[in-house]
Formats: sequence, structure tokens, C-alpha cells
Amino acid sequence: MSILLDASSRVIVQGITGREGTFHAEQMQAMGTKVVGGTSPGKGGSTHLGVPVFNTVAEAVRATGANASGIFVPPPFAPDAIMEAAANGITLIVCITEGIPIQDMIKVKAFLRGYPAARLIGPNCPGLITPGVAKIGIIPQNITSAGPVGLVSRSGTLTYEVASALSASGMGQSTIVGIGGDPVLGLTFRDVVELFEKDPATTHLVVIGEIGGSDEEHAAELLGRGSRLKTVAFISGRTAPEGKRMGHAGAIISGNRGTAKSKEEAFRKAGVAVAETTDEIVGLLR
Amino acid sequence: MKRVEALKLLEYQAKEVLSSLGIPIPPGRVARTPDEAAAACTELGPVAVKAQVPVGGRGKAGGIKLAKTPEEARKAAEQIIGMDIKGFKVPVVYCESALEIQREIYLGFTVDRDARANILMLSAKGGMDIEQVAEESPESIARLYPNPWRGPLDFELTQLVFESGLGELARPLTSVIKKLYRAIPELDAVTAEINPLVVTKNGDVIAGDAKLEVDENAAWRHKDLEERYGSVLEGDPYEVEAKNRGLTYVSLDGEIGIIGNGAGLCMSTLDLVQRAGGHAANFCDIGGGAKAEVVENALAVILMNPRVRGILMNVFGGITRGDEVAKGLVHARDNLKMQLPLVVRLSGTREEEGRRILKENGIEPGANAWEAAQKIVELTRVRA
Repeated sequence: MSILLDASSRVIVQGITGREGTFHAEQMQAMGTKVVGGTSPGKGGSTHLGVPVFNTVAEAVRATGANASGIFVPPPFAPDAIMEAAANGITLIVCITEGIPIQDMIKVKAFLRGYPAARLIGPNCPGLITPGVAKIGIIPQNITSAGPVGLVSRSGTLTYEVASALSASGMGQSTIVGIGGDPVLGLTFRDVVELFEKDPATTHLVVIGEIGGSDEEHAAELLGRGSRLKTVAFISGRTAPEGKRMGHAGAIISGNRGTAKSKEEAFRKAGVAVAETTDEIVGLLR
Repeated sequence: MKRVEALKLLEYQAKEVLSSLGIPIPPGRVARTPDEAAAACTELGPVAVKAQVPVGGRGKAGGIKLAKTPEEARKAAEQIIGMDIKGFKVPVVYCESALEIQREIYLGFTVDRDARANILMLSAKGGMDIEQVAEESPESIARLYPNPWRGPLDFELTQLVFESGLGELARPLTSVIKKLYRAIPELDAVTAEINPLVVTKNGDVIAGDAKLEVDENAAWRHKDLEERYGSVLEGDPYEVEAKNRGLTYVSLDGEIGIIGNGAGLCMSTLDLVQRAGGHAANFCDIGGGAKAEVVENALAVILMNPRVRGILMNVFGGITRGDEVAKGLVHARDNLKMQLPLVVRLSGTREEEGRRILKENGIEPGANAWEAAQKIVELTRVRA
């Protein structure tokens, strides 16, 4: 078992003919992900990596019954690609693209409210992987292994590092979700924790947060209400200097939340073990 | 993954932008020298001489002085230009006609990360202590989340103005807020603040100060803005050089240079160095891939800083091959004739081969990140 992504997920890759799209679609196929097609406007009708290419998501969904999508298109086109996927019934949308303007994402978020079945992961994220089964995104499968640990993270390489350490000590993962590092995101820590909570195959959980925003605090609050998962949290950036702030607007709305201290305290208060370094995570999880 | 950066405009630049959106600003002149400040005062009469730095708190730091005569303006500029305010050397001053203030209002917007939306804020209690106001009486700041596709509607703005207790100024205020909001769709602004928004004794509504941050991720839509203001900002020389080389880099004040791939990994490396008793000289995220050319650029920028006594590189390669990263690193070090201690923590695909290559070339490979952090702290301490 897993969350969000399993053997039945039918995946398309938006931007499949591009350099990144091609490379990662191949990696996805290599581990057995059911990649049923891809899109690239103007290249519909052709075949790429052994799967059909469509002009639009609408065509792809009609022809393949796709229900999940990985987006590998440049920032000027990615917001539209996310909305196109949602409007055409894709329920798991994973946007890897980094560098999307915040105002575009704010519009996308408002648009997605009209499609409550669509779940967005990212943007600016490594995607998700259910080890041994399927992945959408760029998480290297060779560092993962199947097992009972759920892993959710805002960072890319730090996720790989922790996944790798877990695998090396025989603690496999149910699903690894990189929710992304942008201020305006799809699924939050809290959303993903909720999903893991409902997944019988997940018994342990690692949450890798970082300074900024208060998504970690919200997830901690949820875990504090009672959880069946043995959880360890790690927050990076405890020594990062405060941003050189210009105005007060940020402080007015966020107050003291967002610091590593506030996040760690929130997890401790919820009864969650907090690792001071990534090396400690495995030990605390046992 | 890159961290989101914003281009922070200086006050006079932000005011230029506000003025272009139709918001009234006081008459003012940029002065690069004390003579220019004196000339501005001759032309404008009594002025406030204000340090231009992309950081708040300059008033309390002595960066704003009132001048009644050209001689006073000259003296003020002499004192302020070149002054250090929170790590920024003041490049120029802005000389602005003093306003006859009747009342001060706070107006601003920013991105509310929790709500994943823009928030507009208006308060009758503008001025220096708005953060205190936010803490003590948050209800005195009226808030609005405009629909991002259509912007704020007239009635929403009217409500905002009345909720903030500024009903008698409904007309001029809704007009100013509408104009300010245009900075979102037209400029990709992520934060803007007019504090104080001044109501003068004549009843005019004028921007007394201005802060504006635009999203660097949207720079491709606003080439003009970047060209006009991007290079004027004189910050830390290493940050400027890093930006020119396309690196995500933040200067810190320690002695150990840090390179990592990925913002999270990089930040956790800073944490480890601090835990081991050292201090990071910078944050430098070279992103995924760790290509040889990028590694060389990162080393070059870090080596510009004479305070740096050693470098710690923490790379986790997933798909990136460890042997290739190692080869690129050795090449970069030789190209730059780097002498300082270098400790590298390399992990991921083909990490053993990568470590072997490093060792053969006299670079210390750390078995794990914590050990690597301790090693570089020790090496830099011995040399001190």
C-alpha cells in the first residue's frame, strides 16, 4: 500500500518530448510506472519512448484514461499546464518545474478550488515515489526501498539523503512525497500527513521541514491531536540568518511563526521526536 | 531547488514605480554626493535626506536627517553616504520635500503563505510601530484577500476602508489602493508597503515612504524593471558576483565557505557547521546536477572572500554520479589554484569511486555530513 500513487495509476507526462521530460519519463518507465502517454502541443500523433504523444491533455485523457500527470514544462507554461490537467479530470498533478512566478501560482490555487478532486504536488518539487511500484518526478529510485516509513519533505536533496539513510538501515518507505520549496504550493505537510495517517501500510513517518511559512506548525498540530504513526521531524535552517527584511507586511501576518525554533517546539508539543541532524533521524525512528 | 528571491527596490525606485501607477509622491531628488544634496535643497526647500538601502530600520539607524538649508543638506549627505546600515553601505541619498503631516496611515500587500493568496492591509495606525500595532491590536488592521483573477472589487475596497475606520477618506483611499494593487498584475510585485501613507494638512494623500519587492521568478516578463533597477542595488560584493554567475548565494559572517546542492541540504549543512563550533561564511546552493562549471563558479565566488579559511562541500547525488562530481571538483580546484582546506561530503550513485578520486587528489572526503562538518571546523581552527 501507499498514498497517492500505486500500480494502477495511469500517468501522462506533460512536456514529454523535452530534454527533462524525456530523461525523467524514461526513469519513471524504468521502475515500472504505468506511463500511458505524454503531451506536446503540435507533436500529437507521434510516438515517443514507446508511448503516444498528444497535443492536449484532453486528447490524452480520452485516449488513455490517464488519471495522473507529471509536468516538466518551463515556468512560463507550467501554470497553464497545471490548470489544463485539472480541468481535464487528472486527479494527481505533479509539477516539477522550478521558477514559476508566485502570482501565477496564486491564480492557479484559486482556479483549483473549482476542481476539488485534483491534488497538486509542487511546484519546485522532486515529486513522489512509491518504492518498487511507481514514481512521478525526479526522485532517484536507487536510493529508495519498499517498507512502512512515510516520508514527506519540502526539500529535494535532503529528501534523497534521508531516504538513502533509511534504505541503508533496512527501513523501507511506503511513499516519499516532496511537496516543494515554493511559498505557494499544492498539497501541504498537513494534507500529506493526513493521507499517511489513513494508509494502513504506513506505520512510521518522517517530516522534513524548513524555516519559513507555518505549514510545519499546522502538521504538528494535526499530529498532536492523536496519531498512530511513530513520527520524527527535522527542520533545516535553524542557523540561517533572518532575511534582510525591508517592510513589516510579512511580520504583520506571520508574527513569530516560521522560525526553526517555533517549528521544533510545535512538533515537540505534539509529542513528535525532533532530530537535530539528519543522521539522528533513523535512530529516533526505530 | 532554488529559493525564491525578490528584487528589493530602493525607496526612490519604488516611488518612481508608484508614481508611474498614479500614486502621488512628494517632490524629491537622488543625490550621489553632498553637493548634489545641497543643490536638491536649494531647488526644493527644506528636505528630508534619506539613506537608500534595501532594508528596514534606517530611521532608527540614523539614516534619515532633516535639512532646512543647503548647507545642512550637504552635511547630512556627508554623514549618510557611505554609512553602513545593517550590512549595506549607503550608495546614495534621496532628498525629499518635507510633508505637513495631518495623519499617518499604513497601506500594504504581501503574499500570505498560509492562505496561498495576496493580502491587502490597511490601518489608521500607520507609522513606525505598525508591527507593535499588529501584535497588540490586530483588529485595527483591516485585511482583504482579493480574487487574483479579477483583483479587488470596488465594494470590497470600500469595506476595507470603512473597516479600518478611515471612512471619511473612502474616496482618495480606494483610489490609491486600486493603483497600488496594479503592481501585482503589472509588475509581479510580491510585497508593497506605503508606511506612512500621509494625509497632509491640505487633505492630500501622499506616499511618505515606499517599499516594493518584485518576484525574480517573473523577471522574464519585466526585463525593463530588471534592467532599470536590478543593477543599481549595491549590496554585498560576493552576492553581486554570485548573481552574475547565476548562483543562489547569501553572504554570512563566518569563516567556512559552504557549497551544497539543494536549499534544504545547504541549510542543514550550515546547521551542522554551527553545531561543530564553526561559522559559515555563506550559503551557496548549486542546485541539482552539480555540474563542473557550476562548482567552479561557486568556488571562485567563495574564494573572493578573504575571511574564508576553508570550504565544506556537501553534495548528495541521486542520479548525479559521484565520480563525475569528484572529477569536476578536482578540475575546478586546480583551475582556481585553490590552497585552502577543502572537505567534501559526497554521497549517492558511485560515491565510493568519487571518494577515491578525491582522496587521490588530496581532498578530504567526509564519510557523512556531520563528520565532514567537524573535520572542516578542525582544519580551519588549526590554521587560525
